[in-house]
Amino acid sequence: MPRPGFVLEVDRNTPPIMFWRGENFSLEKLPAGRSRVIYAPEPEKALDDIDGAIRHALLNPYDHDPLPALLFPGMKLTIAFDDVSLPLPPMRRPDIRQRVIEAVLDLAADAGVDDVHIIAALALHRRMTEAELRHAVGDRVYDAFAPRGLLYQHDAEDPEALEYIGATPQGEDVEINKRAANSDLLVYVNINLVAMDGGWKSTATGLSSYKSLQHHHNPKTMEASRSFMDQHKSELHKSNWRMGKVLVDSGVKVFQVETTMNTDTFPKPFDFLSKREWEWNAKDRATFVGVSAALKRTPTRMARNIFHGIEAPHQMTSVQAGEVGAVHKITTENVYRQQLVEVQGQTDILTMGIPYICPYNVNSIMNPILVMCMGLGYLFNMYRGMPLVREGGVVIMTHPTPWDFNPVHHPSYIDFFEQVLAETTDPYVMSQKYEKSFAEDEWYKHLYRTGNAYHGVHPFYMWYWGSHGMQHCSRVIIVGGNVKAVRRLGFTPASTMDDAFEIASDVVGNTPTISHIHAPPLMVCDVK
Amino acid sequence: MKALQVSRKVARLGIARMVSALSPAAAARIGPIELVNIDPPAPLGEGWHTVTTRLSGICGSDLSTIEGHASTYFDDWVSFPFTPGHEVLGNLTDGTRVVIEPVLGHAARGFPLPFPGAAPGDGDDYAHLALPPLEPGIQTGFCHSTGGGWSTSFLAHESQLHHVPDEMSDETAVMIEPAAGGIHSALLCWPALVGVENPIVAVLGAGTMGLCAIAGLRRYVPGVKILVGARYPHQQALARSLGADIVVAPDELQRAVRREVGCHVVGDYLTGGTHATIDAVGNSKSIESCLRITKPRGRIVLMGMPSEVSVDLTGLWHRETHIVGSYTYGTETMPDGSRRRTFDLAIDTVAACDMARMVSATYPLDDYEDAIAHAASAGRRGAVKVVFDLRSTKEKH
Repeated sequence: MPRPGFVLEVDRNTPPIMFWRGENFSLEKLPAGRSRVIYAPEPEKALDDIDGAIRHALLNPYDHDPLPALLFPGMKLTIAFDDVSLPLPPMRRPDIRQRVIEAVLDLAADAGVDDVHIIAALALHRRMTEAELRHAVGDRVYDAFAPRGLLYQHDAEDPEALEYIGATPQGEDVEINKRAANSDLLVYVNINLVAMDGGWKSTATGLSSYKSLQHHHNPKTMEASRSFMDQHKSELHKSNWRMGKVLVDSGVKVFQVETTMNTDTFPKPFDFLSKREWEWNAKDRATFVGVSAALKRTPTRMARNIFHGIEAPHQMTSVQAGEVGAVHKITTENVYRQQLVEVQGQTDILTMGIPYICPYNVNSIMNPILVMCMGLGYLFNMYRGMPLVREGGVVIMTHPTPWDFNPVHHPSYIDFFEQVLAETTDPYVMSQKYEKSFAEDEWYKHLYRTGNAYHGVHPFYMWYWGSHGMQHCSRVIIVGGNVKAVRRLGFTPASTMDDAFEIASDVVGNTPTISHIHAPPLMVCDVK
Repeated sequence: MKALQVSRKVARLGIARMVSALSPAAAARIGPIELVNIDPPAPLGEGWHTVTTRLSGICGSDLSTIEGHASTYFDDWVSFPFTPGHEVLGNLTDGTRVVIEPVLGHAARGFPLPFPGAAPGDGDDYAHLALPPLEPGIQTGFCHSTGGGWSTSFLAHESQLHHVPDEMSDETAVMIEPAAGGIHSALLCWPALVGVENPIVAVLGAGTMGLCAIAGLRRYVPGVKILVGARYPHQQALARSLGADIVVAPDELQRAVRREVGCHVVGDYLTGGTHATIDAVGNSKSIESCLRITKPRGRIVLMGMPSEVSVDLTGLWHRETHIVGSYTYGTETMPDGSRRRTFDLAIDTVAACDMARMVSATYPLDDYEDAIAHAASAGRRGAVKVVFDLRSTKEKH
């Protein structure tokens, strides 16, 4: 039986706590008597027979006919799957998506279905490389479908490949992939890494266009989502659900397959990263010292390659299929079962170590905008109830925050950083003044459609993602970051954690209470 | 009288060239310039006046000469030893304040004017610059016969003199000559902008000349959108205050132009680009940058003195880019078709734009090494224009 999450009250005997710093880490001593460290639950046991569980889910769906009953010769079947942004880190082969897709294809073949398209549900993310696609769907599926043009990536800028479905009562446009919309059945294959994944977000976001996305990927919706991980208080979730109803009402038939994963995040020799520091054995301590010392001398590019080469041992803990809402209810319960940690009350300061990876820099650079998004967009939002830090409190992150961008993956991020953030960090101002020009920029569209670039508007979405965190906190401090880059973000740079506490004292006094969210592994803090 | 003098000392030039990158002050100390006591220039006859220097600026071309970076092209167009200083405010013997239009034109050299009312810089045959009666010299400050502004006094022809309005400060007036250069560059963009609905011009570099070009564009080129690549914060602030619309770091300029134009990027080049670009830096890298951001059949105005450069011109060939040099000033054809003397425009501009604020430091001639070092690292040190100040009695002797 895995141990649940744990909140450690820091005392004089507590060892220094490990903080991520991008492609490295540090040990930080937190003040005794007023600090706490929140650890994720230990990994649940993975399913023993994953393929059997998948087949069982397809044959025994929730609120839906079994998949074989939906398949018939001559039908149009579309299988959509989550893109490279999930899971994190990428999992060891075989990927969950491969297993599910192969199971669906087996059933389709049994039913004589021969019009099958497989679509990576990118939304406005970057196109995956062949290697990434092969990793996700497996060589067998890739070789059978990709050469014939039947496995491809959603193109949110191809007007011929989009279909306008309608609008919600709130006036939100619903436009999704035409093939998916016009199929007799859309099977969506999801990986639910965190509670906000899946559900109608899969189709209404993953297969949609800017025309649709702008209705919920905006400062107002993001700021009002408290948090993304709490469906009942997430405006993002509600908007996607409204769009889902439009899809259902228009006759789009979706068979949702959702999977959950355990928190077994790092393989050996990095498994000490998931452990609680006081439980580190001599080997763990030696590994930490050796790895961190070596990384200090390793060129950043090489260190990045090392970390992005990590394939996580995490594995499937549940799979459920059927009607979107019914499936997602169970999925969410399963995610919470693995990730929920009960925490009492808020503190003045929230500290977080920003790791080398987030959903948008797989095999890429964690640029400053993504640092902000990972901190204020993701880790800050890993709560249910109320934020870990009080309103007006301070967030302290640790990350080198290099002024460095991947020009292939993030071309519009560079312009966003140079042009938009040089003028304003206010999500509302930038959305009004700049979003449209970035979204409609023909060059960004070209790179998105033909290269491996995130859509022109994507950096805005990353910034909006942190809207709630920015609005909630009175100051954000980044320890160890590139000073100019941190200032461009509108945050305060600090050299050391002690300096950061000193700087924070202007806002929270000299004896603030402190929470440290010890992630990854991921968790959701149920703050009472 | 006291004068800084440049001699033709090849070995010193070579050494200065080597050390200038490390220490501009050392380059000044080692290089071909020295502070000397000399007789005033011999009178040159009718029409010539003795001008007593008040302020004299240090220009990029002066620094190139002192640091040994200037092209050998000039060897036959200057006469050694010469006293530099072509950005000059001085007094005539009757006390009148004047600025010098330093080009030693046809009138000064006794040649027929290329057209009635021509300015010193006008004409399409430069023979007069190198032929007697004067010794060769493209300008005051490069001619042995006349002397230059980095001395107590020098000679200027009446065709070079511009009276300074009484209400104008010395610091404003000393900026007239560089302002004229900037305005000339700005107006050289105009042929590429005729008939363009939303003209876009980029200025690469925001030292004195780049800033003056910005002022010229804003004042005399209607409806132009100005993008500037400026390295230092004070340069960026000045660029904005002089009328630039978008100011970014130099390595961000290409992306800023692309955003503004809405074009694509292929390889290192924009597929479109600015209608015209002013290169106020003048080296291989800056010229290459200009080629990359200027649209096909656009125009590059080369204001910075380039010397020898190494540039791949394939892009220029393919894009049919026009490159024009921009040297000094003369008589301009304005966008409305009228004709104006650049110096007249510059006198208006320095007053309207409060260009005295660009004078960052003044030095006596005795401290020329410090002055030159300061000018050579002006951007880094938060400065724009460094000038010699010879207004005190001590400086006269």
